[in-house]
Amino acid sequence: MTKDELRVLALRVLGGIAPEADLAALDPGADLRESLDLDSMDFLNFVVGLHEGTGVDVPESDYARLSTLEGCVAYLAEAGVAPTRPG
Amino acid sequence: MEAGTLLEWRVKPGDAVRRGDIVALIDTDKAEVEVEIFADGIVEELLVAPGTKVPVGTILAKLRAPAGPPGPTPRGVGQPAPPPPLAAAPAKAAPPPPAPAGPRLHVSPLARRVAAELGVDLATVRGTGENGAITRADVERAGASAPRTGPAPAPAPAATAAGAAARAAERALAMRKTIAAAMARSKREIPHYYLATRIDLAPALRWIEAENLRRPVTERLLPAALFVKAVALALREVPELNGSFVAGAFVPSESVHVGVAISLRPAGLVAPALHHADRLPLGELMVALRDLVRRVRTGSLRSSELSDASVTVTNLGDQGVDTVFGVIHPPQVAIVGIGRMREEPWVEAGTVVARPTVTVTLAGDHRASDGHRGGLFLAALDRLLRSPGTL
Repeated sequence: MTKDELRVLALRVLGGIAPEADLAALDPGADLRESLDLDSMDFLNFVVGLHEGTGVDVPESDYARLSTLEGCVAYLAEAGVAPTRPG
Repeated sequence: MEAGTLLEWRVKPGDAVRRGDIVALIDTDKAEVEVEIFADGIVEELLVAPGTKVPVGTILAKLRAPAGPPGPTPRGVGQPAPPPPLAAAPAKAAPPPPAPAGPRLHVSPLARRVAAELGVDLATVRGTGENGAITRADVERAGASAPRTGPAPAPAPAATAAGAAARAAERALAMRKTIAAAMARSKREIPHYYLATRIDLAPALRWIEAENLRRPVTERLLPAALFVKAVALALREVPELNGSFVAGAFVPSESVHVGVAISLRPAGLVAPALHHADRLPLGELMVALRDLVRRVRTGSLRSSELSDASVTVTNLGDQGVDTVFGVIHPPQVAIVGIGRMREEPWVEAGTVVARPTVTVTLAGDHRASDGHRGGLFLAALDRLLRSPGTL
């Protein structure tokens, strides 16, 4: 998946967790939990959603790298997400 | 909840249904709720038309026993059941009635709400979701490209965004009234007592960390799951905290259905029930909890979840609160509050050590129990959380 595709995926997953948020206005460098008011259960649902879309199983010790949208995209791109699952 | 608006039937006369099937969708002030049927049978007649607002307890449909002829005593279906009163339900324009024949539309509650807000006729939307289901994105695309059709609620062309905002405000106001009514009743009627205890979380957190290393992300645990399970098990030891106070007497609940308080964004609160929390293995309980939060966010709770919690757990720790002083949700008789997990000085065998701790509180109803029994409950909770492997 390209970085653009990963960004679309991450935003789609966030849309399911925070349907009330205006994701078009989301600062890609902002802390997701803070800017979207996500609790730990929401955040875990986010990690699970990324897993379902990419197959990447992010260990708990790497959660900090998913704290922003651009961090997520960079992390997943680095994890070498294969373009096999269109999500 | 005192009333609800029937949005849609998911069944038609002649359909065979099984206990637990979703038969209808109802709009309440808190959320759209899927109504489950409570018996097996065959739908004989639908008595309420979509778009109709009816009081709780109204018979919505007639059901006959699975094999026999039309029974002489048709049973009422789907009382949309107790939780807090529905004040000033938004008098929504009825959504377009589902076509009586032809394929039924698969639409998520969220997509349906967006469609109502944008005035999009769902029959004209092409679904791109699973099995052709109509998603929110489909509706928004249709709303952006097509002129509004059908009985749109307020056909003022420029008013879409403003209309949606107004509706959201209306819903927020209705929810605030509902919460206020339940809490005012609680403070008026329930003689609360309050207890608190500090619990050493080191064993539980260590155990979770080790477990999560070997669990795939879909099965990973959060402390919240341990709290809910420990509360459920501790309630078995002190059953007078688990049940309801009705008609002047405490009625213990045979099952432990833990209401999990989930805050809504930007404001509001629901506490849907996690059924049989004491019997669910921890992994399953965690999945159920995650699913519950997800469905609260997207507005697809089920009627039984909003009606039959036998106790409530509220976990405000994520918000940085040390101690929760809970207000009992009537007719329940107890609420357990979980505060923030934080590292604190802890004395053990004459030595001060740093330990992750949490303050757990109980607000109990003196009509059903007293502080001594409440104290035993908190002690049981402490003991259970120290042995996380047994949860």
